[in-house]
Amino acid sequence: MKKIVSLLLSVAICAMVLSACGSSGGENGVVYVYNWGEYIDPETIEMFEEETGIDVIYEEYETNEIMYPKIEAGAANYDVVCPSDYMIQKMIENDLLQELNWDNIPNASNIGDQYYEQSEQFDPGNKYSVPYCWGTVGILYNKTMVDEPITSWSVLWDEKYENNILMQDSVRDAFMVALKLNGHSMNTLDETELQEAKDLLIEQKPLVQAYVVDQVRDKMIGGEAAIGVIYSGEAIYTQRENPDLVYVIPDEGTNVWIDSWCILKDAENVENAEKFIDFMCRPEIALMNFEYITYSTPNDAAKELIEDEDIRNSDIAFPDLSQYNNLETFQYLGDKGDEVYNNLWKEIKAE
Amino acid sequence: MKNKKLNSLMASPYLIWSIAFIIIPLLMVFYYGLTDKDGSFTFENITAITTPEHMKALGIALLLSLISTVICLLLAYPLAMILANMNGNKDRFIVLIFILPMWMNFLLRTLAWQTLLERSGVINQVLEFLHLPALEIINTPYAIILGMVYNFLPFMILPIYNVLNKIDRNVINAAKDLGANNVRTFLSITLPLSVPGIISGITMVFVPALTTFIISNLLGGSKILLIGNVIEQEFLQTSNWHLGSGLSMVLMLFIIISMIITAIFDKDGEGSAL
Repeated sequence: MKKIVSLLLSVAICAMVLSACGSSGGENGVVYVYNWGEYIDPETIEMFEEETGIDVIYEEYETNEIMYPKIEAGAANYDVVCPSDYMIQKMIENDLLQELNWDNIPNASNIGDQYYEQSEQFDPGNKYSVPYCWGTVGILYNKTMVDEPITSWSVLWDEKYENNILMQDSVRDAFMVALKLNGHSMNTLDETELQEAKDLLIEQKPLVQAYVVDQVRDKMIGGEAAIGVIYSGEAIYTQRENPDLVYVIPDEGTNVWIDSWCILKDAENVENAEKFIDFMCRPEIALMNFEYITYSTPNDAAKELIEDEDIRNSDIAFPDLSQYNNLETFQYLGDKGDEVYNNLWKEIKAE
Repeated sequence: MKNKKLNSLMASPYLIWSIAFIIIPLLMVFYYGLTDKDGSFTFENITAITTPEHMKALGIALLLSLISTVICLLLAYPLAMILANMNGNKDRFIVLIFILPMWMNFLLRTLAWQTLLERSGVINQVLEFLHLPALEIINTPYAIILGMVYNFLPFMILPIYNVLNKIDRNVINAAKDLGANNVRTFLSITLPLSVPGIISGITMVFVPALTTFIISNLLGGSKILLIGNVIEQEFLQTSNWHLGSGLSMVLMLFIIISMIITAIFDKDGEGSAL
């Protein structure tokens, strides 16, 4: 008797799983979205579902590098992704994205022209990507814990701050800091320049308290460290939580990045994907997302809607980039280039 | 005959389970480990362990997991003896207390240690209040060892406790009858009889400690690269699954060795009964 029950149960479970796979979602189908973690206001997704009758299947990733192999292997049938600049370039080169039909995304015109111009660096002709968020990488410091205002990356090598420094635990960001300090391009493949940067990072290691990615935010708010390398989008949030924190873009220059919506080559729900991207480009929706995630929005119409004047004119949220020197955007360096960087990084971490 | 058929039918879910979630994934690890990006056969991913960075990561991982295992053993054995000597239900209650934290997620417990050990963390605030010097072990190998010992200690206590509990009281009484003192009884009776439990405890602590990457990430501040971290990064950051699989195969060697040792000492599977 017991066996029959368990057999029936397993059949029932199988049937349920199968029917779940076969279902077509909302009345107007589904759209599979793959985005960064904590990178959208969940309410906007509900609003989209209500208005369009399209079910959004929403999944998240932590880094571009985690996202890429999943897409490449075709293991999941996503429609919309939101990679960063250099990763978009890599995906275009490896034929994973499809050209957008701009006629179906009219709200994309809300995005400022300068962001499309910047996108040309990795998406020539603006064929594949709609900018969603942008920002810089800089230094966040606790003004009660440092002696002087900070303006240079060199502070990350100052022995005064031993055990008070948080570095980014990702290859390209860490090398960007060292390369910029040495006055080189952060997209270099020059062997001596990279060796110099590696030596510099090894020299820095004893001073570093920890290599972190997302944790830098909480550690800086909690006063665990005096200085941290951080993405500008986190700066507004951290300052709100701890008013002693100051964000600066160092004089030697830094990385200006863009994360953009793209549609995958193998997408099955292209029409719904276009509707989703178009919805996210609406000024009031972009505003909701900006207020929720605090990463700078390239949506000029949304910026106009920001009521708080301090934030609308904030140098952190919307810096005037023409004031800074040596700003660059990451470029895809090819598989060989990636390998060179990764091996050097491993040598630093093993030191 | 009918019974046999029934038995194999009953076993089929386990068979399917092990094929789907053990055999096939293992074969895939072997496939990736023995091929390069173009799919041709190579040993390169395995010999890659000899590069200085990988050897160092493996060495530190071996050292830290060895130290943690020894500490676990030294802590667990006396405790298991105390528990085994208790009568009534008291011992069960104390064992439950040791298992209780395991009901919480492993990741959460390790994160909690981070909050406890941090410079302005709970422990240091208490120390500061008592005007004692601050404890600065977060982001050092000591914090990693602490994390390993804390997380894996129950896996050492339980098998030893199980074995000690099963030792026939009469054997010990006989030894005492024949004039052996407590030390002698322990050395000649209790200790040899508890070897299966010790061995299986060692394996159950050593193997997860050797392969961990989350403890070194959270408590070591990503400053100390263990072999587990190298493999994790090959999969998640570098997306070089071939090298990651090759290094995993090297690590499997150590695991297989410790399993063989367990099998030799623990023939009846006494210690592994959790």
